[in-house]
Amino acid sequence: MSTFPASQMIVGGVFLMCAATTVAGALLAALTARIIRSVCGLAISCIGLAGLYYFLHSPFLALMEILIYVGAVCVTIIFAVMLAEPDEPVRDDKLGSTLLWGSFAFVVCAAVFWGLWQLGTHQDWTVPVARVSDGSIQAIGKSLLTTYSLAFELISLALLVAIIGALALARTGRDKV
Amino acid sequence: MTEAITNLVKLLATEPYRLLVFLVGMMAFVGLNAAYLVWVERKGAARFQRRPGPTEVGYAGLLQPIADAVKLMSKQLIVPAGVDRTLFRVAPLLMMSPALMSLAVIPWGENLAARNINVGLLMIFSFASINVMAIMLGGWASRNKYAIISAARVVSQNVAYEIPMLLVAITMIMVTGTMNLNEIVQQQAGAFWHWNLFRVWINPLMPVTFLIFYTCMLAETNRAPFDMAEAESELVAGAYTEYSGMGFGVFFMAEYANILLGCALATVLFLGGWQSPFGILSGVIWFLLKMYFLVFSVVWIRWTFPRTQFYGLLNLSWKILIPVSLLTLILSSAMIKLFHHA
Repeated sequence: MSTFPASQMIVGGVFLMCAATTVAGALLAALTARIIRSVCGLAISCIGLAGLYYFLHSPFLALMEILIYVGAVCVTIIFAVMLAEPDEPVRDDKLGSTLLWGSFAFVVCAAVFWGLWQLGTHQDWTVPVARVSDGSIQAIGKSLLTTYSLAFELISLALLVAIIGALALARTGRDKV
Repeated sequence: MTEAITNLVKLLATEPYRLLVFLVGMMAFVGLNAAYLVWVERKGAARFQRRPGPTEVGYAGLLQPIADAVKLMSKQLIVPAGVDRTLFRVAPLLMMSPALMSLAVIPWGENLAARNINVGLLMIFSFASINVMAIMLGGWASRNKYAIISAARVVSQNVAYEIPMLLVAITMIMVTGTMNLNEIVQQQAGAFWHWNLFRVWINPLMPVTFLIFYTCMLAETNRAPFDMAEAESELVAGAYTEYSGMGFGVFFMAEYANILLGCALATVLFLGGWQSPFGILSGVIWFLLKMYFLVFSVVWIRWTFPRTQFYGLLNLSWKILIPVSLLTLILSSAMIKLFHHA
């Protein structure tokens, strides 16, 4: 790998591409008026994020990001959108309240961004002496079933609640709607 | 002269060039396969229906795919009024590219894989899940009643069949203990009774597992008898109704690329990949033989069985495939724990 000319530049370029994809997807998701396009933006952003995970030596996490967020979450959202609203949404003309909520959201986002920026630039980031984990499937599996087993089980509990809720909503059956 | 060749081989062996060679090779492979699988499909359909099929262009119609490709490429790309232009154009590419990317981890031979990564199996499944989105976006962006119905069908179908497919994949990961496709193939070395398909001492339901995988593969690639997305006699051409020329052509190519990928994955997981059935002379030829046999069986099934009803399709998945695949999962985990505990 090291013998190949400009390999550093190629790696850097791929990294920039991943970061740009993430940001562009997020911007698309936030700025477009059509809801299908914002879901596409979300998907693009997730793919960029998966690339960033890959750069952090976590291929498992990267692929899971694609499998779950692009393959499941985005598809579910689009499906729900298609069932609900096939056409363009009517523009909301109440400019005053839009401005109010928009500025409120902007302030919140700016505060979060400022906090993260402060954390990123002023924190003394120490590199751990030993690598915490090698990011392999075995390491992830072990930590999911030991250190983080409670969180893991709680997530499955949340999914169970969602399934039971869906069943409760749909139990009247097709003919009784 | 020989020195120049050695230098070239050395150059091509360095990683980025090697990847480039594989990339171009894979695209050529998929393109050729897509073209000639159409020929196989048409010839197969004709034979099953007792007619000769394409005969005019070239010997036995062998040049027919080229004529088809030229025809498709020379057609105008119509973007109908009222469609979502960007999504309409992106959808075919979105369907094609995941299949191309996934083919990078398939081990065609012992040392013949573009990338031998440890999470190869997961990579194929995660990219395959983008497929649904492509058909759905294509259908939605077309702004056509048939296309939207088809898109809605595709989602319910793919969601229903992804569950048993992933359950089968988890069973296979437990049996093999790895997600590296090359290692999975290496574990099946020896004669054909070492193939995962026949390893009934690990799990007596192994052939059933293969059957579930195969059925799900048919459903995920939207092939008859599960071709709810296209369903010519009900939905004109489903999600592809508004596509013309190469827009439709790319969808068509992607369908064959996905079939190829599914059959290659089935070969790796269950049929021993590049291992020879007699334990000698293993190589890429065996992989291709097994894979094309599966591809032929897909064509065979398409022209033999009628299309299922939509509720029948969903019932098959939720009432039969998912419980059975859960059963095989539990059974194989119990048997691994009891008899094969390392």
